[in-house]
Amino acid sequence: MFLLVMHELSIAMSIVEIAEENARKESASVVTEIELEVGTLSGVVMEALETAMDSAIKGTMMENAVIKYKMIAGKAQCAECGTVFDTDTAFDPCPECGSPFSDIVQGKELTVKKLIVE
Amino acid sequence: MCDTCGCGEPGNVTFRKPGKNVEQEDAHTHSHEHSHGGHVHSHPHDHSHSHDHSHGREIVVEQDILGKNNLIAERNRGYFEAKSILALNLVSSPGSGKTSLLEKTIKELGNDINFYVIEGDQQTMNDADRIDKAGAPVIQVNTGNGCHLDAEMVNTAIRELNPEENSVVMIENVGNLVCPSLFSLGEEARVVIISVTEGDDKPVKYPTMFESSDICIINKTDLLPYVDFDVEKAKQYALQVNHHLEFFEVSVKTGEGMSEWYEWLKRKI
Repeated sequence: MFLLVMHELSIAMSIVEIAEENARKESASVVTEIELEVGTLSGVVMEALETAMDSAIKGTMMENAVIKYKMIAGKAQCAECGTVFDTDTAFDPCPECGSPFSDIVQGKELTVKKLIVE
Repeated sequence: MCDTCGCGEPGNVTFRKPGKNVEQEDAHTHSHEHSHGGHVHSHPHDHSHSHDHSHGREIVVEQDILGKNNLIAERNRGYFEAKSILALNLVSSPGSGKTSLLEKTIKELGNDINFYVIEGDQQTMNDADRIDKAGAPVIQVNTGNGCHLDAEMVNTAIRELNPEENSVVMIENVGNLVCPSLFSLGEEARVVIISVTEGDDKPVKYPTMFESSDICIINKTDLLPYVDFDVEKAKQYALQVNHHLEFFEVSVKTGEGMSEWYEWLKRKI
């Protein structure tokens, strides 16, 4: 669990940095809410990210922010028949034709969508 | 703490050429710098919007959390393209044979191709010294507690190396099949190397690295009689994760299969 938390902690710190930068640009000093998009294929473990965020926001503009996570479902496109299908791994076979070869077309997002600041 | 993957402590990424110190970065290379001329967007908003909200103002951000490295990586890519340089990012677990592969490649092709090497390790000049002996200009990046090279480190190293046009820059990443996969260095192709002593299911256990690579080299084929590694199975697993992968099966030690790798290199230039 420690190694996972290390990775998510740095993501959390980047989130705080982005939030503070954007808040400062608007002459705000407190972030009351933040909306994040996390793709299910982004490699982020949500539990670890939530724990990491608790830690990362301490003493920052985000200290009391409500953190909203919007999960983006993973989708892959079959390289052989073109079907787009839901997936939560990098290597599910195509449900239409069974081909093991596909490309990820959605689900790797890791984005700060918006903030509410004061 | 590295602000993108959480490794290590601030300070002390070093850059050295065999025989002399080149540059020390006092601040951690993943510094919380602000990008020049305004903040970074992944979408082309010129300015943020804010509207009144009963509990405060809403700011639309749309910012990719891992975006900073990508921007510097694109700068590196531009540099390589402008100078017609082929840049490759070699990744693998520690001990798969990246340095040996480079040594042999440089020795065999060094008369036809100008190689430059960026070596990444936590500590020591060992790999850079080997490359130096093999005959290529090299710079050693020591990351300290860091677990991967990032685009900024490569940017600094490239400025010191100052490679010629039409050359090949080999970037040997820190031995690690996880973290380097998240960090584009601006390379033209990423080469993932596994050895037959590592288990044929490696690709599905570490899919992020295989998914982000272009070439897969299976090394140490001379040891196949002594291990339970099924080469075809390994390739199938790898293709499941990334069906664009191109494979080379080699033994750096005996030279088996190396000619196909050399042919690919020569074609790419």
